[in-house]
Amino acid sequence: MDYVNAVVQGILQGGLYALFAAGLSYMFGVMRIVNLAHGALAILAAYGALVLVRSGFASPLLALLVVVPVIAALGYVLQRFVLQRTLSDSPLPSLLVTFGMAIIISNVLLLTMTANTQQLKLGGLGTASLELGSLRIGVLPLAILIVAVVALGTLSLVMAKTQFGRLVRAVSDDAPTVGLVGASPKHIYAIAAAIAFGLVAIAGVAFGVSRGFDPTSGDLLLIYAFEAVIIGGLGSLWGTFLGAIILGVVQTVAATFDTTLFDLAGHVVFLAFLIFLPNGIIRR
Amino acid sequence: MLEVEDVDVYYGQLPAVRDVSLAVPDSGILAVIGANGAGKSTLLKAIAGQLPIRKGRILFGGRDISRLPAHQRARLGIALVPEGRRLFKSLTVEENLLTALSTKRKGPWSLDAVYERFPLVAERRGRRAGDLSGGEQQATSIARALVTNPELLLLDEVSLGLAPAIIAQIYASVPLIREQGTSILLVEQDVQQATKASPDVHCLLQGRTSLAGRDLDLADITRAYFGG
Repeated sequence: MDYVNAVVQGILQGGLYALFAAGLSYMFGVMRIVNLAHGALAILAAYGALVLVRSGFASPLLALLVVVPVIAALGYVLQRFVLQRTLSDSPLPSLLVTFGMAIIISNVLLLTMTANTQQLKLGGLGTASLELGSLRIGVLPLAILIVAVVALGTLSLVMAKTQFGRLVRAVSDDAPTVGLVGASPKHIYAIAAAIAFGLVAIAGVAFGVSRGFDPTSGDLLLIYAFEAVIIGGLGSLWGTFLGAIILGVVQTVAATFDTTLFDLAGHVVFLAFLIFLPNGIIRR
Repeated sequence: MLEVEDVDVYYGQLPAVRDVSLAVPDSGILAVIGANGAGKSTLLKAIAGQLPIRKGRILFGGRDISRLPAHQRARLGIALVPEGRRLFKSLTVEENLLTALSTKRKGPWSLDAVYERFPLVAERRGRRAGDLSGGEQQATSIARALVTNPELLLLDEVSLGLAPAIIAQIYASVPLIREQGTSILLVEQDVQQATKASPDVHCLLQGRTSLAGRDLDLADITRAYFGG
């Protein structure tokens, strides 16, 4: 019964990872940018919510209404005026720029918010749980998993059915030609970045209400997100979701043997995928 | 309609088009011919806004469009059928056509009208563009350009690499497109094809105008085409 519980907890854990990895996967899928600032941005969003709650917002959930649009707008501006210039055949310029962004963000947070661990408080909802037989399912992790599924489902639907989705796919096929059909490739890239940043802002706040964070927590989050993306298959949204769930399950199951195995098991499985199935579960 | 005045275009550091001037009248047609590397495609890309011009200016409907990005020129009514078709390969044929609605231009070329004109495209509407044959891709590329309801259609070597029967089919649509009031500027390596489609011919040789005029003598064209 321990294992069943571990698997269920792992799936819930995977929901949070999926929310994280979705933005990373989306940006890579559309503009081939590996955003190394992804983890730092999540933490920035968590601190944003913290500042808002301290200045009178009733709940971190309410703060989302401000944090998500602000981070999304930041994504649009950064893509349009900074990252757009790094797009080339080489992945190196965008890696260097996003790496630099990650360092800037975490150091600014360190200076302004100190290195103390913080947590966003959700009140009763944070600790509530449902009992299912002998299983206890936390309401908060369950809600995060549902948010992840809804977010990915909505994004997939937008990509498949709308004019914007068609243009995003067109731009990753052949950006210069998108200009010929009357749409600005730079604008589409920037909106895609805004979506990715909006997702990571949701993920960051979800992380902040789930556990403690400090300005450097983003590093580990970035690694988890990376592992989920690689396990699932680069650029595939549902692949990323699957990868995130696998990562969560492996970590929690391994932790039932020895809690110190939590991170290690995830890394080992990630490496195994990289060696034996480098294209991930879902190929694109 | 379109006036190109004294234009220089560089491909990287290399001058590809020098001092070229040409004009396409309202509802008119002009064929630009020349050998490989004469600068024909470069010129079309510059008109569509995919390459910057270094000198001169480009007027469209009397308005200077020299500095406008490609998507804004498309919205004004310039459509390029690019060299190599450049379809969005992971999208279906229908999705490729739908992307062209981004220009938000009204006109006769709805999706239905295009399907009616190009049955080949209609048959393949659910297929991924990357899986089409060369002729099907070319027809789809022209169809996509038409869905933008252009005032000026730029055709870049639409016959390249296609079977003669397919080329004939594609050129058969040229008069029908003009009937809807669309001007055409086409680029060809095949002199006979070009002179058949258009009485007005503009010949480029190593990036410069070597000959231009109406109903030209084939011997003159040949000299202008190859130089000497």
